[in-house]
Amino acid sequence: MEPDFLASLERALGRRVEKLTRLSGGASQETWSFDGTRGGETLPLILRRAPGGVRVIPEGSTSVPLSTEAAVIEASRAAGVAAPRVRYVLKDEDGAGQGYVMDRLPGETIARKILRDEAFAAVRPKLARQCGEILARIHAVDIAPIQHLLPVVDGPTQLRAYRDVYDAFDYPHPVFELAFQWLEPRMAGAARQTLVHGDFRHGNLLISPARVEAALDWELTHIGDPLEDIGWICTNSWRFGAAEKVVGGFGDLPDLLCGYEDAGGGRVDPEHVRTWIVYGSLKWGIMCMKMYHGFLADRSVERAAIGRRSSETEIDLINLIIGGKL
Amino acid sequence: MMDEPSMRELVEAVRDFIENRAMPELKGHTAFHARVAANALGIVARELELGPQSAEAERKRLAALLGHDGPLEELNRELCRRIRSGDFTPATPGLAEHLAVTTREKVAIDQPGYSGLKRG
Repeated sequence: MEPDFLASLERALGRRVEKLTRLSGGASQETWSFDGTRGGETLPLILRRAPGGVRVIPEGSTSVPLSTEAAVIEASRAAGVAAPRVRYVLKDEDGAGQGYVMDRLPGETIARKILRDEAFAAVRPKLARQCGEILARIHAVDIAPIQHLLPVVDGPTQLRAYRDVYDAFDYPHPVFELAFQWLEPRMAGAARQTLVHGDFRHGNLLISPARVEAALDWELTHIGDPLEDIGWICTNSWRFGAAEKVVGGFGDLPDLLCGYEDAGGGRVDPEHVRTWIVYGSLKWGIMCMKMYHGFLADRSVERAAIGRRSSETEIDLINLIIGGKL
Repeated sequence: MMDEPSMRELVEAVRDFIENRAMPELKGHTAFHARVAANALGIVARELELGPQSAEAERKRLAALLGHDGPLEELNRELCRRIRSGDFTPATPGLAEHLAVTTREKVAIDQPGYSGLKRG
C-alpha cells in the first residue's frame, strides 16, 4: 500500500517518487528511501519524517524539530562537515507532514559490519582520525545564524537532568552515586560552548569502505560542551566488544585527537575526554533504568532485558574511575 | 521440599525449547524477541546459581563498611546516601574494592561475555 503522503511529496518536490521503501521503524522518526525523478534525471534520496507526519517532542527531551535538524545540517555542511545535502524541507502547506528530504549516500551504519566485515578492514584504522576531523568542523560551525533554534545544554545541566531522572526511579546504585560525585566538580568549568552533534556514535555514522561519509541523525543537536561528542563515541557501550579500541571499537583516542587538532579543533586533554566517557557510561546506565520503567508500562521483553544492562555501564564506570582505564 | 525437576532445570528446559524448537519457526521481530527472551532466561539461570552467595557476600562487605548489619537493599541505600553526602569517597578504605567486586559479580550474572568485565 502506498503511503498517504506520496502525492503531496511528489507535488512538493516537483519530482516523481519511485521505489519508496520504509527503512526504519524508529520511534522518533520515519526514514524512507526513494528515487526522485524529473525528466531523465534520477536523484537517490531519503525522506526523514515525523511519525504520522507530526513530531511530538517529549517533555524534558532536547530533541529539535526536523526543520531545525535540516538547518543545522546545512550550516554544518557549509563549514565542511560530512553530512547529507538537504534538498527540501517540507512546509505545512505541502500536506506531507513534518520532515525533510536529503541525498541518499552510499555506506553502512551497522556497527557489527563496520567492525567485523573484511570490506571495512582497510578503512578501519583511518576512522578515528576522520571522526576527529569531522567533530572539529562541527564544533567550529558559526552558531550565530542558528543559535535561536537550539537549546543550550551544557555538562552541568545534563548531569542535573540525569540526576533527577535517577532520583525519581528511587533504586540504589552506589556506582552511579560515585560517578555523579566524581563528575560534578570535573564538569563544572567547560572551556568552550559550541555546536554539538549530540549523538555521534555507531548507527549515526555512515561509513563506506573509503571513509566516514556522513554524520546522520542530528535530532539531539544543541549548543554545549564539544567534549560531549568526543566522549560519547568513546563510551564502551559503543565499542561493541572491542574495548581496547577506545574510539567506536575501531580506533585509538590519540588518532581522533590528532585529527581533531589538525582540523582546527584545538588540543584536547585525554583526561577531559575521560570525564565525558564517564558521563556517557552513566547516561547509558540511567537510560537502561528507564527501559525497565518502560517495560513496566508495556511488558516488552526487550526493554526488560535492557534493564539488566545497567550493570555493564557500572563495570565500565569502575574501570574508568577506579581502574584508570579509558 | 519441591519435587524434581529443580528450578534451574525448568528454566534451562524452557530456554532450550525457545532456542532450539521455537526460534527456527519464527522470523523477523518475533525471532529477535525470542532470542532476547532466551538470553533473559540465561540471566535467571545464572542468578539462581550465583545470586545467593553473591548477595550474602555483598551484605557482609556492606555491614563491615557501614559498621552495622541489615537487609541488603537498606544497606545499599545507606551506602548511596553516604557516597552522595561526600562521607564516602573512592579513597575510603574498602569502598573501591567493594564496588569493584560487587559489580563484577552483577555482570557475571547479567552479561558474562561483556567486554568491560574482562578488563577489570
